[in-house]
Amino acid sequence: MLDKFEIRVLRITGLLIIIFFFSILYVTGKRKVDVTECIPYDKAYAEPRVTKIDDKTYQVFAVAGMWTFEPSVINIPPGAEVDFFVTSKDVVHGFNIAERNVNMMAVYGGISKTTVKFPETGVYKITCHEYCGTGHQNMQAEVIVDYPKP
Amino acid sequence: MNVSRSLRNVIIIELFVPITLLILGIYHGLMQVVYRAGVIHQSSAVKLDYYQGLTLHGVINAIVLTTFFAVSFGHATIFFYLKKEPNKKASWISLGLMVVGTLMAAWAILAGKASVLYTFYPPLKGHPLFYLGTALLIVGSWIPLFDWLVLYRSWKKENPGKKVPLAVLGTLVNFIVWFVCTLAVAYEVLVLLLPWAMGWTPTVNVTLARTLFWFFGHALVYFWLLPAYIMFYTMLPKVAGGKLYSDLAGRIALFLFLLLSVPVGVHHQFSDPNISSTTKWLSTVLTFAVAVPSFITAFTLSASLEYAGRQRGAKGLLGWFGKLPYLDSNRYLFGYMIAGLILFIFGGFTGIVNSSYALNNVVHNTSWLPGHFHMTVAGPVFLAMIAMSLHLIATLRGRKIFLPKVNVIVPYLWMIGVLIFSFGLMWGGLMGEPRRTNLGMTYLNPQNELYHPQWVPSTMLALSGGFIMFLAGMLYFVVFFGTFFRKKTETAGLDLPVSEAYHDEKMVPLFNGFKPWIIVMVVIILIAYVPALVDVLSNSGPGAPPHLPHNPMPGI
Repeated sequence: MLDKFEIRVLRITGLLIIIFFFSILYVTGKRKVDVTECIPYDKAYAEPRVTKIDDKTYQVFAVAGMWTFEPSVINIPPGAEVDFFVTSKDVVHGFNIAERNVNMMAVYGGISKTTVKFPETGVYKITCHEYCGTGHQNMQAEVIVDYPKP
Repeated sequence: MNVSRSLRNVIIIELFVPITLLILGIYHGLMQVVYRAGVIHQSSAVKLDYYQGLTLHGVINAIVLTTFFAVSFGHATIFFYLKKEPNKKASWISLGLMVVGTLMAAWAILAGKASVLYTFYPPLKGHPLFYLGTALLIVGSWIPLFDWLVLYRSWKKENPGKKVPLAVLGTLVNFIVWFVCTLAVAYEVLVLLLPWAMGWTPTVNVTLARTLFWFFGHALVYFWLLPAYIMFYTMLPKVAGGKLYSDLAGRIALFLFLLLSVPVGVHHQFSDPNISSTTKWLSTVLTFAVAVPSFITAFTLSASLEYAGRQRGAKGLLGWFGKLPYLDSNRYLFGYMIAGLILFIFGGFTGIVNSSYALNNVVHNTSWLPGHFHMTVAGPVFLAMIAMSLHLIATLRGRKIFLPKVNVIVPYLWMIGVLIFSFGLMWGGLMGEPRRTNLGMTYLNPQNELYHPQWVPSTMLALSGGFIMFLAGMLYFVVFFGTFFRKKTETAGLDLPVSEAYHDEKMVPLFNGFKPWIIVMVVIILIAYVPALVDVLSNSGPGAPPHLPHNPMPGI
């Protein structure tokens, strides 16, 4: 059968892959890095709005369409935890906030969901990163994280 | 060896057509880096729109070239190793369908009626001829498989107890994977998309279409890769001046690809709704398993090259690395393959990043992705394909290589270009630079309110790498067409380098036939895709009406 070096390489490969695997388990559990969640479709998610649950918890219902996001500006205070629910009213769009690792697809007939914290003030750009027609390069929105005016 | 006129012409046409179209494909590759770097702030140049060019680039380079090449190379390996000629009629019908399909799709794209990229995600709608053309191209590429299986069976009957040649095994594995995975996209195109694009059905289930596409879409990359793997295992050791380290390792790697190529497609949908996290997890595990055959290959090929280096008089631990025929113009296949393999080291590792459940959140749909896959598809796959196209054309037509000195530097120039280009794209991707976007119109136009200055250096780097790639591509065309139209000086015939095995293990029946492997393959596919399809069908909302790429209102 296989020679001894080859067997050794197979073992090292197996070990390496198990290490990769457990690293991912670690980040998903401990650091709460999770992929887009799956939610059964409901029409209520297709109404663009921002809902304040309490001072630190917000829900954003974002609707992507050719070639804008609604709402296009989202104001939240620093430290807020935001649930993003994203859908599309026409074709497939992307929904990417690079600095916060929010990375979802906006799909007609589907609801993407993820939860993310914004600990620092700043302007976070939401970019459409899935080709959605000739106006694709115009699609951007922003999350503005700032203290409310006194 | 001698080739009949019919088979020779089939192979030559199957190489000439896609390499000619590739001129258009590579030109649009260059145009994209130019647009993306913000050098031009327009939606179109020379009457071709950015997204139209992107569609052409993707369809020609990733579907047309690869499919045509795999079929012609399959004919060559089957004929060369089994000494049996494929059925004449079947080969010509297959070629005819592929050419007609390609022309239909090319017309739709060039007329601006199918700027939907090669992923053709509905509800963006292309012209029906675009979908029909793609379907014909795929169906045409199925036909030879059934013909080859007949030849393979009769060879096995005549040679009991003999090992099936590795190259034949590779070709059959590749086309079995291809047949299985394209069943899904054929269903998507013929049942879901065509009636909808013709206006017979009002809506289409978007996530179902995406899931069917990726059932095909990831196996597709192995369909591109396996011809290159066959060359690495059966030719590279020979042209390097050595032997293949282990024959059995090659067989194990090929069968692992048969098992795992198809069921990993869900990792392209980590950011999709309608598919549960459990299904996505399963896909990560399976995708990691596909790294095993790549690791086996990395070891076996390095060991084979080390043996070759030592045969050429190398001493010391790493001395063999310097003794390989990098710039020998008589062994130009070596340069193309080694350049591809160097790129593939980076391509493989970045691939593990993309397939990782959580890490994918950082890179999904950013320019990291084209950065990764240019080091695989535009690396080992592309370089092996163009090298073998040149070799087959030259030997089948009895021509000497035109400008052999230029030919030998093409792969290295290309490799340097891809490394710079991919580094630029991947760096940008980590900063959120989107893929498939005409950045020059808005994000990289200083006059626009969406201007993103932090993407300037990364796109500039990609531009310079892309320019070097373009230059290498043009040099290749000079060599290819120069060779093609040269005067005949040699005896024409089919000749492939054949590597002997260093460890030529005894024949093991398990590694000499397909039946048990195909059964396991089907089981793994069911385990991976039944939950995914259940998720999709139970969570999807209403179907979507068609949208043309330039109009926000639905309509045909």
